[in-house]
Amino acid sequence: MDTVTVTLVNKPELIIEAYNITPDAFAGKSLEEIGNLECHEGNHKTALKEFFTITGKAGATAESTKIIVKGDCTRVKRIGQKMSAGEIVIEGNADMYTGGWMLGGKLHVTGNVDAFCGIQMEGGEFIIDGNADNHLGSSYRGDWRGMRGGLIRVGGNAGSDVGTFMIGGTIIIEGNAGIHIATHAEGGTIIVKGNAMSRVGGQMVKGDVYIFGTIDVMMPGFRYIGDVEKEVDGKSATFAHYIGDLGERHPTRKGEVIYGNLYQKI
Amino acid sequence: MAKVIKDVGCPYCGACCDDVEVTVSDDGKKILEVANVCAIGAEIFKHASREDRVKLPRMRQPDGTYKDVSYTEAIDFTAKMLVKAKKPLIFGFGSTNCEAMSSAAKVAEKAGAVLDNCASICHGSSFLAMFDNGYPSCTLGETKNRADVVVYWGSNPAHAHPRHMSRYAMFPRGFFTGKGVMGRKVITVDPRFTDTARVSDIHLQVKQGHDYELFNAFRMVVRGFEADIPDVVAGIKKEQILEVAEIMKNARFGTIFYGMGLCHSDGRNHNVDEAISLTRDLNETTKWTIMAMRGHYNITGPGAVWSWQFGFPYCLDLTKKNMAHMNPGETSSIDLAMRDEIDAFINIGTDAGAHFPIEAVKHIKKHPMVTIDPNICMASEISDLHIPVGIVGVEVAGIVYRMDNVPIQYRKVIDPPEGVISDEELFERIYQRMCELEA
Repeated sequence: MDTVTVTLVNKPELIIEAYNITPDAFAGKSLEEIGNLECHEGNHKTALKEFFTITGKAGATAESTKIIVKGDCTRVKRIGQKMSAGEIVIEGNADMYTGGWMLGGKLHVTGNVDAFCGIQMEGGEFIIDGNADNHLGSSYRGDWRGMRGGLIRVGGNAGSDVGTFMIGGTIIIEGNAGIHIATHAEGGTIIVKGNAMSRVGGQMVKGDVYIFGTIDVMMPGFRYIGDVEKEVDGKSATFAHYIGDLGERHPTRKGEVIYGNLYQKI
Repeated sequence: MAKVIKDVGCPYCGACCDDVEVTVSDDGKKILEVANVCAIGAEIFKHASREDRVKLPRMRQPDGTYKDVSYTEAIDFTAKMLVKAKKPLIFGFGSTNCEAMSSAAKVAEKAGAVLDNCASICHGSSFLAMFDNGYPSCTLGETKNRADVVVYWGSNPAHAHPRHMSRYAMFPRGFFTGKGVMGRKVITVDPRFTDTARVSDIHLQVKQGHDYELFNAFRMVVRGFEADIPDVVAGIKKEQILEVAEIMKNARFGTIFYGMGLCHSDGRNHNVDEAISLTRDLNETTKWTIMAMRGHYNITGPGAVWSWQFGFPYCLDLTKKNMAHMNPGETSSIDLAMRDEIDAFINIGTDAGAHFPIEAVKHIKKHPMVTIDPNICMASEISDLHIPVGIVGVEVAGIVYRMDNVPIQYRKVIDPPEGVISDEELFERIYQRMCELEA
């Protein structure tokens, strides 16, 4: 695997939308061609070389390209957006839409990410060592097809609206999460190792949510049906099993109504 | 003899009363009397005749004072600011006509700007819920003529839309509602005992920020899961939830009017989303509708105009020039300002100085700022340039959209002060100047 190192040297006045920092865009290109790839600062269409120094060598295909992003990218949006293969390592923080609409490959952020990261993700592995802000693995506004596949793992805490309209894939949060987890979900799995606030599984149709800590306010629409032993993310524990949201519509399969599952560790 | 102009539209709130009677002086320059308006609407009409109106644009001088300049100079300053900026923000439009919104959109598109309206800090979350879940709404006329149950949820029309209850929802006698208030049940859901709650039949004092759970409980009753509801939900006892749900299910026609209580408490769009879901569920058994209590008289306008022009109602990021992008949280005015993502600001037909968080205003103030408003307001006093315009609905005619998306032609009752132009003309001239500068 060939590696390209992209280092932010000129800070933008506003923010950079670097939607071309993906293995897909870099693959098969020379360093000069990569430097000329388009990015936006507000309404100014410019090139990556205006902000970044680019070293190393890109692979022939996305699968064989690894990108290391250095420098403070707190104000660089859309890194790894729509990437389908290969690998990106962001050494530090990244801004909004990191890994948005991601299709495959591996994306690793060693710092924190802002809102809307991993939205509508379809595949691949997205690892955030720090915290993630709101709308992690959520759907774009008005879209009823949220995250479909892949894995998002957050080392710290996550904000509100985790996995809204989720229909597949897994989100694991090692810390706490804000309000609205798996709202409108029709599939997928969300695991919160810390505490959740309120509205866990509101308007949920299908899918599984595991909460290891406390839930501040339980949705009235969930019914306790018993305790179960489960292995979650490599650990076994006993969970109180609730089904719901009873206020929401639910499909039937072989004459049986399918509900969303909420498991809270006892 | 003074002239009485009838059926005038009121440029105050989203209820858009169009039965106002204005008495103007012989020369057609002064408003003498206003009838059929609330106290706030009356003040807007009377304000037009004040002697101390700003009649020329005012430019900030190096010593901090304002100096009168010509419209040509003001337009040149604004056009140059927009041409130079990488990400200008044009925000406001609650209190102007649709013609001005359309011209401003032309300017924004040319400038590669972000175009946003007051919904961004108001009913924007309703739009997000509508995108996710639809909007089973009706017109205010249908509510007046058909509704026998009305719910005010997180809204207080007694203060915010003073004639809403008397014109449309609570008191009027309609085609199928001949008994007026005697034939209607009014339910108010609010954490406070508001003046609207005082005149309602039932007040549910929901725990602040827990409307989502209460909607969920109502939906469970409608779907036949009342046995699973806890004894108390969001501070409301189960018996009361069952009682109100029964009234809602047995209504012939009902409307939920909701306001900032849902849009600006925790969850925001999700609260509205769940309210829409409840409305949909109730339509399994009877006819229910839902309506946002839009604030300003034409804040529904930009949603209609820009949805038609660009496909999105608010928070339009036109910086890519060949496509519109919208994602509140990123392209919304407050978020852009707080994250310091904009480098020029136009405040039109609103008062960002009064309504934005102070931190957002501080960031905006690092860059050039222009206020377009008939009056002196907090935004005009911190701007680099204040451009006065005619008051829509009083001095300028035009189309406005009522809260139920019904367009109404507003009239002009008096002339603007000499030399003062309309918002529409101003934006057209800014557009022309930008074309000249870029030529």
